[in-house]
Amino acid sequence: MTPAIEVDGVSVTLGGAAVLDSVSTSVDEGRLVGLVGPNGAGKTTLLRTINGVLDPDRGSVRVDGRDVATLDSRATSRLVATVPQSTASTFDFPVRRIVEMGRTPHIGRFGTRTAADRDAVDEAMDRAAVSHLADRPVTAVSGGERQRVFLARALAQDTPVLLLDEPTSDLDVNHQVRTLDLVADLVDEGRTVVAAIHDLDLAARYCDELRLLHDGRIRAAGPPESVLTDDTVEAAFGARATVTTHPVTGSASVTAFADDASATGERTATVHVIGGGGAATPLLHHLDAAGFDLSVGAVSTDDADAETARTLDADLVTVPPYAPVDDEARDAVAERARRADAVVVADVTVAPGNCPNLDAVLDTDTPHVVVDGRPIRTRNVAGARGRRLVSRLRDRGAVVDADGVVAAVRGAVDRDVDRRPAETDPRP
Amino acid sequence: MRTSVRTGAWVVGLLGALVAVTLASATIGPVDIGAKSVADIVLAAVFGGTANAPESSRTIVMSIRLPRIVLGAIVGFALASAGAVMQGFFRNPMADPSIVGVSAGAATGAVAAIVAPVVVPVALPVAAFVGALVAAFGVYVLASEGGRTPVQTLLLAGIAVQTFLGAVVSFMLIGAGRDLREAIYWLMGHLHHSTWTEAGVAAAVVLPGFLGLLVYARDLNVLLLGEEDAHSLGIEVERTKRLLLTVSSLLTAAAVAVAGVIGFVGLVVPHVMRLLVGPDHRILLPTSALAGAAFLVATDTVARAGAAELPVGIVTAAVGAPFFLYLLRKREVRTP
Repeated sequence: MTPAIEVDGVSVTLGGAAVLDSVSTSVDEGRLVGLVGPNGAGKTTLLRTINGVLDPDRGSVRVDGRDVATLDSRATSRLVATVPQSTASTFDFPVRRIVEMGRTPHIGRFGTRTAADRDAVDEAMDRAAVSHLADRPVTAVSGGERQRVFLARALAQDTPVLLLDEPTSDLDVNHQVRTLDLVADLVDEGRTVVAAIHDLDLAARYCDELRLLHDGRIRAAGPPESVLTDDTVEAAFGARATVTTHPVTGSASVTAFADDASATGERTATVHVIGGGGAATPLLHHLDAAGFDLSVGAVSTDDADAETARTLDADLVTVPPYAPVDDEARDAVAERARRADAVVVADVTVAPGNCPNLDAVLDTDTPHVVVDGRPIRTRNVAGARGRRLVSRLRDRGAVVDADGVVAAVRGAVDRDVDRRPAETDPRP
Repeated sequence: MRTSVRTGAWVVGLLGALVAVTLASATIGPVDIGAKSVADIVLAAVFGGTANAPESSRTIVMSIRLPRIVLGAIVGFALASAGAVMQGFFRNPMADPSIVGVSAGAATGAVAAIVAPVVVPVALPVAAFVGALVAAFGVYVLASEGGRTPVQTLLLAGIAVQTFLGAVVSFMLIGAGRDLREAIYWLMGHLHHSTWTEAGVAAAVVLPGFLGLLVYARDLNVLLLGEEDAHSLGIEVERTKRLLLTVSSLLTAAAVAVAGVIGFVGLVVPHVMRLLVGPDHRILLPTSALAGAAFLVATDTVARAGAAELPVGIVTAAVGAPFFLYLLRKREVRTP
């Protein structure tokens, strides 16, 4: 069987920059293929070569076995319909008139619209859920509605191949899903659809196959789960990514983090957090989101902070419930504090049982950040020892309120990195 | 089918207005001729028979007033329809029929013919017509590259060529001497000394050209969505642009060649009609054309009604500009 779309060695240069570089791919009839990739990867340009708007510098595009470059635009427009990405408009045609323009390829210059044309327009507006907007000026509907109006226009065009450029970018969650369900129905009816979709989860969920574009080349092609892997996403988007299986839809789901560390060539910094009684839980979430590797302890195994640490997959030092921090736990804390780039001391209740944690921090010369939360006299049940420990921590570390912790840790880590190679900085 | 019914109703209404303005205009002048006499004379001329009016009145109406009125109608018709096309073509509300240098080219040709030491019969309108088309073609060639003509480039090339030709005209005016008055008068736009021959020649260019534009009205609508969209809907974009540009330049050149530079008709009338009938060129084009015809006949009547005749271009600008500003302040003028 001839593929519905064959792209063969297509290169396009725009404004002196190579936007597509020897791209070859094919799309079988009745498939929904998603184009994914970072901004500027060439997704829109590839669509524009398929609908004949751009003539490639090299290579050819065949739709339904026919070379697009040799077809006039009327012939192409009977094969390929396009829903453009930007549908901003300043002219106030009624919505129905816009959808009727989709029939242009089917009406001769001197012809008039037939009943079949009107039926096609009605059905297209109905399927795209814009019938109720028929008489409204297209300038007076919302961006999402306008996107559906242009989808309706493409449906009215009644072509075997449909190209969608970010069809869901302006849509709310409900209409995203409804629009893609409609597209899936069209594919079931035998149409071939190529869609540039920036939402990787939606692309994985709806598309039969994906093409991952990066720097004008196709980097991966095939079923979504084979195209979207940690490595391919990281390479294309420059972001740390975790690809998991979505619990509800069962399709691939991508969680990405801005990759600060790899961008600056630094290793990820480690932070040890002294918590207890849930005092560290918000800090742990903030530090995790900021990209730090975390260790926590020592805390009671059933402490809220222990629970949070497990959720965040942090390195955890625990003691049994109601037991004091023993020597073994104290050594474990000291070792982690020494290895860490920074230590954060939450505004925990200071009791005889957890004083060894604070001791351990003071034994290291790792920079530390003390959270200035509840006043010490309201949270100290360890008497003079507790007061002395907290006061020494405050003297030697940075004292910040809860909102300033991440920034203070970043500052401490940077100083720590500066200090380490020399190892000569005398500490008081 | 609703569009064709609406179009029909508007066309009939505007045709009625044009006939009314024509008859009213034909009664106005230094010699008083009543509306009934004018109607009799015109009916007799169209359907044969003898008019119930003095022979002198018949001569005044048929040989002096009517040729001028008909020519004014044709010029207004051409400028307003070309203006509607250019505003849609450029998707720019400030576009007018002369935007690609047609009027500047016509002015250059006309002033050259006026200041030329030898007097050649009918040289003036021919020089203006040729100058207009050469300028428009030059702008098109300057703005084209690799088979494509981006409208923004066309716009800028048009402005540059207009400025250059403006300098050429000014230079010629400095050395015009005794011809200066005639040249200035031509540049202001005028309809005096109109003849049936002029009206016939202008109509021979304008009417077929207008029908051509009408055939492409649907393509022009699709072009409003943007060139990429138009291409994906099956419009041969560059060919259509070339055709629209050529035909509207021809219409404008014909109008300017016989009547000089008459401003604002091609800018204001399409805006007003877009306000009334919407952006669909299948209805906007014919209604703008007829409204432009009626408007120019009416303003020319005002121009010649006073003790001293004014160039009609002064009247159209004096009436049109404040009205346009009024619409602008009411936020009624929108981009096509």
